[in-house]
Amino acid sequence: MKPEAVSKDFYVISSSPHTHSGASVERIMLDVVIALLPAFAAALWFFRLDALRLTTVCVATCLAAEWACRKAMRRGNSISDLSAVVTGMLLAFNLPPALPSWMAAAGSLFAIVVAKQVFGGLGYNPFNPALVGRAFMLISFTGAMTTWSASEWTQKLRYAAVDAATAATAAADAVTSATPLGYAKEALKAGKDLPIFDLSLLRDFFLGNINGCVGETSALALLIGAAYLLARKVITWHIPVAYLLTVLAYAAVLRLTAPSTSLPPLAHLFSGGLMLGAFFMATDMVTTPVTRRGMLVFGIGCGIITMLIRTVKSGAYPEGVSFAILIMNAFTPLINRATRNRVFGAKRARHE
Amino acid sequence: MNLRADLTRGIFKENPTFRLVLGMCPTLAVTTSLENALGMGVAATFVLVCSNMVISSLRKLIPPAVRIPCYIVVIAAFVTMVDLLMQAYTPALADSLGIFIPLIVVNCIILGRAEAFASKNSVANSVADGIGMGIGFTLALAIIATIREFVGNGSVTVWGDLALTGLHNRAVVLAILPAGGFVTLGLILALINRLQSVAAAKRGGPAPLPLEFDCRHCALCKIAE
Repeated sequence: MKPEAVSKDFYVISSSPHTHSGASVERIMLDVVIALLPAFAAALWFFRLDALRLTTVCVATCLAAEWACRKAMRRGNSISDLSAVVTGMLLAFNLPPALPSWMAAAGSLFAIVVAKQVFGGLGYNPFNPALVGRAFMLISFTGAMTTWSASEWTQKLRYAAVDAATAATAAADAVTSATPLGYAKEALKAGKDLPIFDLSLLRDFFLGNINGCVGETSALALLIGAAYLLARKVITWHIPVAYLLTVLAYAAVLRLTAPSTSLPPLAHLFSGGLMLGAFFMATDMVTTPVTRRGMLVFGIGCGIITMLIRTVKSGAYPEGVSFAILIMNAFTPLINRATRNRVFGAKRARHE
Repeated sequence: MNLRADLTRGIFKENPTFRLVLGMCPTLAVTTSLENALGMGVAATFVLVCSNMVISSLRKLIPPAVRIPCYIVVIAAFVTMVDLLMQAYTPALADSLGIFIPLIVVNCIILGRAEAFASKNSVANSVADGIGMGIGFTLALAIIATIREFVGNGSVTVWGDLALTGLHNRAVVLAILPAGGFVTLGLILALINRLQSVAAAKRGGPAPLPLEFDCRHCALCKIAE
């Protein structure tokens, strides 16, 4: 076969870019904001004005901090890329509803200044800014960050206790202002058996009618937003699916081996910040691996660390999604290097 | 020789913490309170001045091949003195500084000044250098500690006296945790680098280049705009 004949048909020579998908930072960030709107609506429904207040404070502080940092660094301004809006919304969704506004503003400031702009702005930050903001606040304002509004979800717990009196005291003990995961952790630490989480309660978990951070309670609303992101191809399925399946598998094994002290797998799936974290924060393009295999490793790692923090008895925190994602963020460069794709046609690297 | 220049060099121009970035271990570890910072600063200054003096007077006797062990022996002797003196007269401070007093032996400021200055200069100059560096180190520790204690604790207390108050219950606990030490130090270093660049630009000279200089992380050429 003559090479010239082939080249004429196969290679069209022109300078790049050859085609443009229309994707831009602004468009991607706008898509994320749109995808967060169902969760925002759910937050408004369940937490009313507190959700509006926290989101406004966080978004406004993030935008102001972004503007001031770029100004101080003599860089082009980046407010219009909407990334600060996304950070502000995600951070607000990760806060308990009764949190004082000044704390929310301090966390937003830390997220933008220390976690993002100090490293050079969007694209250079090694850790997810919203999660750094949350970790900062959880450590600095531990009390306020673990105070939840009163809710009736514990009234629906059915106790397998022997007599009605024990059940009544147990129900009274169950402080109404706890998240399901916090409740489970306390029971685990006290060495008590967990009550039965029946299906109607799991439905509340799914819809979001439970205690928790502003934007994380409603798995349904988050899934609607996630479906939009997947349809727009802003995120791929790899990280969330690997993450959720790992949590599910871990919880199932735990449930089979220690049924009385562990939550049902579905309760693990729909409670805490798992849905918000898996779809909106573990999929951040800047701080997560770029290869498909790397994404699977990242998701599995997040799942294991989350469940370790949630279920180890001596652990201090009832919920581990944010720390799990931050820890895996630190591993992202290593994962990227380890899962580098083979260049098409190149020989397989030989391991020594 | 110019004693005044040697004395003032360590305070701002070659501040051991903020300009030379030496002695980071005690800087990050003891700056959780102003008391600890002052205690550490004074102890390190004492060792620095004494070791500079002795090493400088012995500089012609010490063979170059074994100079580092010799410096360490001299420094360790003075650190042991400081350690015992502090345990005897300021037991509370010695308790709260703990292991960081013996660790002055390996403080890179002291070894660094012995190697870079005392081994090459006269006794008087070396003592002046030690005093200047000591003051610079103490000042730097005090600045970091004041910020960290104020932000992380809500108020600053020095030996029972309330020096600074005002945050009430709005303290940000992270500031006195280890991570807060890194963040505070980083922000101060950034501020000092910036002030220096602006000053250099005003004088019309070139701005001093940061380490690992590259255009992606730096906007120095636009600093004077």
